[in-house]
Amino acid sequence: MLDADDLAIFPVDQWIADAVQWVALHLRPLFIAIKWPVENLLSFNDYILHEIPFPIFVVLVFLTAYRLASIGIAVFSAISLVVIAAIGVWTEAMTTLSLITTAIVFCTAIGVPTGIWCARNDKVWSVVRPVLDIMQTTPTFVYLVPVVMLFGVGTVPGEVAVVTAAAPPLIRFTNLGIRMVEQEMVEAGLAFGADKHQLLWEIQLPLAIPTILGGLNQTVLTAMVMSVVVAMIGAEGLGLVVLQGLGRLDVGRAAVGGIAIVLLAMMLDRITQQLAQPTGRKRRSVLHYLFNLFKGERSHEAIATTAANHTH
Amino acid sequence: MTERLRVENLYKIFAPSPTRAMTLLATGADKARVLAETDAVVGLNNVSLSVPSGAIYMVMGLSGSGKSTLARCINRLNEPTAGKILLDDIDIVPLREDALRELRRTRISMVFQHFALLPNKSVIENAEFGLKLRGVSAAQRRRRAEEVLAIVGLAKWAYHRPHELSGGMRQRVGLARALATDADVLIMDEAFSALDPLIRTEMQDELLRLQHTLKKTILFITHDFQEALKLGTRIAIMSEGELVREGTPQSIVLEPGSDYVAAFTREVDRSRLFDARSVMRTGSTVSGDGSARIVGDAEHPEAMSFAVDASNRIVGCLDAAALQQVKAGKPVDALLTRDFVAVSGTTKLVDVAGLYQSGKAMAVIDEDGCFLGMLEPEHILGRIASAARSPAPVSMGGQNA
Repeated sequence: MLDADDLAIFPVDQWIADAVQWVALHLRPLFIAIKWPVENLLSFNDYILHEIPFPIFVVLVFLTAYRLASIGIAVFSAISLVVIAAIGVWTEAMTTLSLITTAIVFCTAIGVPTGIWCARNDKVWSVVRPVLDIMQTTPTFVYLVPVVMLFGVGTVPGEVAVVTAAAPPLIRFTNLGIRMVEQEMVEAGLAFGADKHQLLWEIQLPLAIPTILGGLNQTVLTAMVMSVVVAMIGAEGLGLVVLQGLGRLDVGRAAVGGIAIVLLAMMLDRITQQLAQPTGRKRRSVLHYLFNLFKGERSHEAIATTAANHTH
Repeated sequence: MTERLRVENLYKIFAPSPTRAMTLLATGADKARVLAETDAVVGLNNVSLSVPSGAIYMVMGLSGSGKSTLARCINRLNEPTAGKILLDDIDIVPLREDALRELRRTRISMVFQHFALLPNKSVIENAEFGLKLRGVSAAQRRRRAEEVLAIVGLAKWAYHRPHELSGGMRQRVGLARALATDADVLIMDEAFSALDPLIRTEMQDELLRLQHTLKKTILFITHDFQEALKLGTRIAIMSEGELVREGTPQSIVLEPGSDYVAAFTREVDRSRLFDARSVMRTGSTVSGDGSARIVGDAEHPEAMSFAVDASNRIVGCLDAAALQQVKAGKPVDALLTRDFVAVSGTTKLVDVAGLYQSGKAMAVIDEDGCFLGMLEPEHILGRIASAARSPAPVSMGGQNA
């Protein structure tokens, strides 16, 4: 009788180990180059989040949530932060938050341009799409293996894993958002003589923003999940609290970490979800102010809003 | 009127490689056969037309007739497969990307069926959109946008967002956006089709009013024959990618030329389409003396005749008996009556009918008051009858009473 184990003649594990070792040795400058900006931004965010005094931070989050979402979500966010502090994991929560904020910056910087490229070029999308499919169906902790091989252990390699895991939704949604812009809108742009650049900035991106923000929400949540998982490769934060609790069979400690994670996740989800909701007048003006600022143009929004208010 | 736009033998085939479809078309195959044999969809099949400067040129057809394809070839949102599109005698089909962009920014603008306004921008920002793309400075384009919004009557709404406006108002913004660039050719692709009937009528009147001063060359796509008749200087009717009939609204209604076109004309309210001048009889001089010339209808001696002076103004009218007496040598002056109604030559028949008074003759005059011709009720009835044929004499009791 043929035993399944007899068929195990390919030493794939050995091959992969050799390959990764080779890559780790010979492409070392590349990984250092990747690590450098991650490390710097992460330590900057980490420093800022830990330096802001607790009351001021709560007020800032309250105001941001109120401006972007609603008063209810603002109150919920403030209470969550107080609870996190009260159960004694404030410092860890801030470390996790720095992992997430850093991931948002990198995911946006990578995801939005990639998404735009995919939307404008079917060939690129046909290559990127299966890659995204694989990335999004892979269990998050599987990312840890190559990351440890290539970047080592600790918080910075953890951040690399977080960015890798969290970028796909944003790429997908950016691509989708731009492709979903009505054909007549695109034609209106073309009919008035828009070039490719103007078409993107005047028509496609502004109209895709709600969808892109939906993707941002997914990215934030994935980053949240991943920031906990990377505790396994030595990243600090709330994940480490849970991991330590499990390791020492300290149920209380693990539960405290868990509660803080849930509160933080709900807070981030509610705030970013509101961003993707269609048309709140207030939200809209803030967003477009930011958008116009990004475009390097003076916003007429303020004038428009005041004028509109006058006529009402 | 000079010619602004000319389309010569334009073809548009929707297929990855249109060569086979083109060869088939050259052998005289129609759209259905090309589709069956090559899987290629024929959008336009050898379309040629000429649009005079300052005209509202209506392209009319049912869905799938290629009318939108034609419009979108003019500014090359659709790339023509073969043929020429001459704007002021310059072929725009071979234009490269930057020249095409320049053309779209300065010469040809477009109004869309579903408005295609940017929801994230205010009305005035939408209106100045074309100028922004062209790189006009912020202050300058804002001023121009204010001007065009005032023209379309939306000055008060400048800082509102499109979603706060009604459909008709949104399309006014679309129109303002198209006018802002000062393009002299305007493509209106089913511009009023998405509006409800009352607003549509209102917008049609508005367009006619604006066109009176703006004098743009407008290529207006519609599936509504009534709209084509109302707005059009000329109408081109399309079917299956081909141009089946082209002409003035009146000539198309009078001579549809095919059953397909006749089907559209059947419902037409001819009394609003034709004017007094188009049905009147010019008559001929039947008698006269030193002071007046008498114009009448020699073939219908029972009809009223008119006496006109040397400068062709009507001095009075005569019935058949009086005419006999004039012919017998009596002086005209003594027999004249003022028993007639004068209507302007441009008065539509529906209004002429309202002016008709039993027992009174009708004369048609031009804007200077000069006599043009005479009108009998049967002329009017003959023309507004739905079957298109020339007015036939109808004997009806009391018609001259």
